[in-house]
Amino acid sequence: MTVTDKDQSTTGSATGAPASGSRLHLLTRRDSVLRMSEVEAASKQEGDRLEGENDQTMLMNMGPVHPSTHGVLRLMLELDGETVVRSKPVIGYLHTGMEKTGEDLTYVQGCTNVTRMDYASPLFNELVFSMAVEELLGIEVPARATWIRMLMCELNRISSHLLSMATNGMDLGAVSMMIYGWREREQVLRFFQKVTGLRMNHNYIRPGGVAADLPDGWQADVVELMEMLPPRLDEYDVLMTGQPIWQERLQGVGVISAEEAIALSATGPVLRSTGVDWDLRRDQPYLAYDQVEFDVVVGSCGDAFDRYAIRLNEMRESIRIIHQILDKMPAGDYRTQDPKVTPPPRARLDESMEALIHHFKIFTEGFKVPPGEVYTAVESARGELGCYIVSDGGPKPYRMHIRGPSFVNLQTMPHMMANGFLADAVAVIASVDPVLGEVDR
Amino acid sequence: MSDDHEPPQAEAPVESSDGETTELEYGCVVSWSGSQKTIHVPRDRWLEVGTELLADGWQMCVDVTSVDYSAYEPERDLPSSVTPERYEVVASFVSMTRRERIRARAQVPADDPSIDSLYAPYPGTDFLEREVYDLMGITFNGHPDLSRIVLPEHWQGHPLRKDFAIGSIPVQFKGAGTRSDS
Amino acid sequence: MGALSDLNSEGLEGLGHNVITAPLEKLVNWSRARSSWPASFGLACCAIEMMATGGSHYDISRFGMEVFRASPRQADVMIVAGRVSQKMAPVLRQIYDQMMEPKWVISMGVCASSGGMFNNYALVQGVDQIVPVDVYAPGCPPGPETLLHAIVTLHEKIESGELLRRREASGAGARITVEQLDGQGASQFVTIGSKR
Repeated sequence: MTVTDKDQSTTGSATGAPASGSRLHLLTRRDSVLRMSEVEAASKQEGDRLEGENDQTMLMNMGPVHPSTHGVLRLMLELDGETVVRSKPVIGYLHTGMEKTGEDLTYVQGCTNVTRMDYASPLFNELVFSMAVEELLGIEVPARATWIRMLMCELNRISSHLLSMATNGMDLGAVSMMIYGWREREQVLRFFQKVTGLRMNHNYIRPGGVAADLPDGWQADVVELMEMLPPRLDEYDVLMTGQPIWQERLQGVGVISAEEAIALSATGPVLRSTGVDWDLRRDQPYLAYDQVEFDVVVGSCGDAFDRYAIRLNEMRESIRIIHQILDKMPAGDYRTQDPKVTPPPRARLDESMEALIHHFKIFTEGFKVPPGEVYTAVESARGELGCYIVSDGGPKPYRMHIRGPSFVNLQTMPHMMANGFLADAVAVIASVDPVLGEVDR
Repeated sequence: MSDDHEPPQAEAPVESSDGETTELEYGCVVSWSGSQKTIHVPRDRWLEVGTELLADGWQMCVDVTSVDYSAYEPERDLPSSVTPERYEVVASFVSMTRRERIRARAQVPADDPSIDSLYAPYPGTDFLEREVYDLMGITFNGHPDLSRIVLPEHWQGHPLRKDFAIGSIPVQFKGAGTRSDS
Repeated sequence: MGALSDLNSEGLEGLGHNVITAPLEKLVNWSRARSSWPASFGLACCAIEMMATGGSHYDISRFGMEVFRASPRQADVMIVAGRVSQKMAPVLRQIYDQMMEPKWVISMGVCASSGGMFNNYALVQGVDQIVPVDVYAPGCPPGPETLLHAIVTLHEKIESGELLRRREASGAGARITVEQLDGQGASQFVTIGSKR
């Protein structure tokens, strides 16, 4: 289902939007979100009855140290027996001040900072930051660098979805899925270590291209990965997708409608599970996604099962994309030769004084970016990952803001959890797949 | 009415007193940052323009952020009819039908850092506006629950402002010469 | 059967080869070292590497630690994996206080050990400001090999009884720093002029 303006309204005016201009009526329950401050909640004893029209409810706290909250997420739940009436996600337990730190680091160093936000798929953060800087600089990245970036990002999408499915399985009781997911992820991380030197937080995609070329024999490694994965993904279908227990636990749980998801600015698998056909790789293509063929996986029910199935099938689509990249990878430079941005090759450093000074200046002072502001967005494993940079002409960003998809997708959680059981709350968190690093930054 | 895929009709350009024409959309001045369109919204029309954008097919507000320009050295690149203030609130919108993006910027003065909330037309700005309030100190009128979100509730100050120091502690590197090859 | 016939024929000496005797302290330290259960305190990127250590390839279960206890009352080791923000610090201390003695702390990663690359207002610059740390594992993030090296170091010190002696003496942790062994550390030097 593609989005048309007509789908937006329920009070049906001709132009499609309600006359009052408000979309609050679309939210499942207007009061799904518990609006209570943490101080107030702490002052109540655990298990106290809350005042209100329904004096049967009780306030419970879940997290921040909890095996199923995908990191340090705290949920304040108002429970009526086992049913979650209202909830409030409390975040900030991983706030690292990365946007402030980003103003203190040069553009060369910026990727080391940004990559630690969404630590499950670090290459996407580096990609969006590099794309924003390149847009401000007005430079073009060589074709080979673009295709290398695409290869690494699709592999990262696979490893991130494997992590998501592994933890999803473990949270719901399929503990062996944790071991299987990590087994496959290790293979992908091993390839990353070969190419970038690190298993995680690679600092590989930098403004101007990538840090180093792919090593010799990379095609054989990727082919081996691509041959190993599809039978394993079929194993997951046997282990989970077709199993009645899995289906009972996830189907009909955490349902959200398309209008609600759009109103809440959800993106990624959360939005696509409701049937909205929006994927930045196809709809606003970046890198070389317009030169490869792939399908966008869209669900229909907006429940947790759809989100799980979307992630599983997105991995299959990524495998398809990677096969095409293997065929089409061009030869050439792995980074732009623009001397303003790129340091000279290391072999020249002991031959030429100019090369040494150039290298020194780039790595100590950094390169200057002309004044301006830009917003770039990519489709990360969790949704639309955006980067807004304001530059003042110096070597460091004046303001760097990253729009984390998990941060915005978290807003859908209270609406998904309303009127569900406490056990379903765990399924909902797992299906939204938040990574608290990019939620809190 | 099935003109979902046509761009909105641009309003007739306004000729200002010194003869230069300004592009206008939704009653706001348009400027371009490369290929990215930005409209400069007066602060008092923020909610009104937000509602107009929703009616015009900008279904999703993907990002609300803010910038503190107090330490900005070069000249601000703003259209002549826009008065620069210390803070700016920047909101990005996406139209999925037209596959386009637009950015709206509003100037917020330092002595009264507040602006209307876009929560009613775009409920997805809930957390985003709370983060702007938390880190930059701009209040959003009409937001259902404007409280700190990433910092502890008792925190004093707003870290992303330019007068809030980064808070680093000086580090002395001890034992730096103990590598075996040195 | 064999034991009973040994007992019948030779009395208690006949059981000599079935019985180990050792000082009680050594036996206690041996069992503590071989079965120290971690409290799951995974915060950020290091938590992902900690989970990878629990996976089948690196298998922390060889060291008796695959059961990450959600309840601190049942845990012995707290592996602080990730950056500790100001909001999280009281929670960290509360979990540490809820653990039963004897307990140990491994500070995994540079953010937990010293604040890491984030020297700013938001992070506690090293969890040793909040809890006594016994082993520091460097890396950003430390690979599973480094974490296992830290765990094995901890186990050796537990088994020798040294950690508890130090804790009684000074109240602080043992503060042992291990090397990063996973091939991703700063000890890889590239000489200028080489092919890259």
